[in-house]
Amino acid sequence: MSPAKAPLLDVSGIGISFGGLRAVDEVSFRVNAGEVFSIIGPNGAGKTTLFNLVTGIYRPSRGAVRLDGADITAVAPHLRVRSGMARTFQNLQIFFRMSAVENVMVGCALSERTSFLADLLGLPSVFRQNRVTREKALALLERVGLAALADAPAGALPYGALKRLEIARALAADPKILLLDEPAAGCNAVETEAIDHLIAAVAKGGVAVVLIEHDMKLVMKISDRVLVLAQGRPLAEGAPRAVRQNPQVIAAYLGDIGSREADRAHG
Amino acid sequence: MKAVLRSRLTPLLALALVMALVPMIAPTSFHLRVAALVWIFALAALGLTILMGYAGQVSLGHAGFLGIGAYAVAIGPARLGLDPILCLVLGAVLAGLVAYGVGRPILKLKGYYLAIATLGFGVIVALVLHSETELTGGPDGMAVSRITLFGWRVTGALNWYWVSAGALLVGALLALNIAASPTGRALRALHDSEVAAAGAGIDVSAKKLAAFVVAAVYAAVAGGLLAAMNGLITPEAASFSHSVELVAMVIIGGLGSVFGTVLGAAFLVVLPQTLTAFQEYEQAVLGLLIMVFMIFLPQGIVPSLRALIEERLP
Repeated sequence: MSPAKAPLLDVSGIGISFGGLRAVDEVSFRVNAGEVFSIIGPNGAGKTTLFNLVTGIYRPSRGAVRLDGADITAVAPHLRVRSGMARTFQNLQIFFRMSAVENVMVGCALSERTSFLADLLGLPSVFRQNRVTREKALALLERVGLAALADAPAGALPYGALKRLEIARALAADPKILLLDEPAAGCNAVETEAIDHLIAAVAKGGVAVVLIEHDMKLVMKISDRVLVLAQGRPLAEGAPRAVRQNPQVIAAYLGDIGSREADRAHG
Repeated sequence: MKAVLRSRLTPLLALALVMALVPMIAPTSFHLRVAALVWIFALAALGLTILMGYAGQVSLGHAGFLGIGAYAVAIGPARLGLDPILCLVLGAVLAGLVAYGVGRPILKLKGYYLAIATLGFGVIVALVLHSETELTGGPDGMAVSRITLFGWRVTGALNWYWVSAGALLVGALLALNIAASPTGRALRALHDSEVAAAGAGIDVSAKKLAAFVVAAVYAAVAGGLLAAMNGLITPEAASFSHSVELVAMVIIGGLGSVFGTVLGAAFLVVLPQTLTAFQEYEQAVLGLLIMVFMIFLPQGIVPSLRALIEERLP
């Protein structure tokens, strides 16, 4: 990582309000290629909203998003994938009526080169494309450890497997930056460790990873830098160790919520 | 066995086999005409299978496109002196263009709202066909001139049987082609999650629009064949009840199943003919039978039976 190089993702002063409530307010951060950047914060801090702003599901009322130097603030979500941005969802967005491998094949859509007319006429090029896409999808399933379940209906897969399936589908777009919204939520220790290794391997391959995660052990272990959000605003940013010792962060996590929980525990 | 059940060509071969067998066992030309009607309505419903079954978008006005295709074949030769075959093609093109124009704004709507908007479209088409008496003959409809295919005048039940069967086979092949292609994957994906499909780089609105246009072209071709075969067309062809019937065919047969759609069409075309014995209770018995089918085969005929068979196979 050379500091002189422009960041891959540059989010500056981004914000959005819902009915007068500033869900995300004046948030800025930069992520470099090959870096694992985590966003943490108490529930309702605006983490997923921030993701939706960065990936274009919401249009920010303030601020800008730049990817590889290009302003993509107003670019539609499906076009952001073309510039190298892929994501997973907090609430699983799986194609439940398709098989596992088909889910990943959909993720390959951008690399597919058949026209609508060719698809309609069933030209040989379509079947060649299907074979290529399926091979790529199978390789990705192998990578996330789901090769054995390739032809199982996605609806029949356990929760932890679906989380990894979403990552495989996002990777199918060959992204430069991968945004993961709570990839380890609801996963057991073994599954969390598998996701941990996967994220590290993806980042090692030069992909920037932006992570929302509640599992602090995972965050502290794999993050290069951490951004703490509280009530839609950035509270602290820096190396995991520094952030963990930041008094404001401790207050946000323990002082506010923690003291209330402590009160309740004491009746 | 499972591979056979899942193969792309199985429904096509099964369909071709049935098509070849029916003329051997059909006792009269009346039965052949009913069979031809099944093929034609199945063709119209196949378009909806692509739109509803693959992409999950409801259209309650699809008979409107059927009406456009039918009246193109009726009006073109009668009022403009055009060749009926050319009019069949023009009707399909016109329906596709109308679907494009109508679909762009309304496919932004979802679920109930899309259903109501398409319903409105169907009502408008039926209304225009009713009231533009000079052009369409109004509620009494108009006569349709005979079709000549490369110098061969298509008349008689058996000839129409083969023409409609051929059209349906082509339609089924194209629908199966789409299902097995990247486009089909994109449509099925946006059916389950539009946000995830967009996240994979799929232009969701463009794909929905493509499915809507294809569905409209299917319905228009079916409408054109219907008008030419019957030699008469009335605004009834574009009626709301026809739109609902098309949707029912797709659902009874099994959402997304090509062979199922043909079964659904057979069910809804043949059954009313056999239920005439019930006289004024015909509609009630038909409704009851549909309810029984949906209760016992909730996924539709073909998917439910396939699941049953696959369960019993090792």
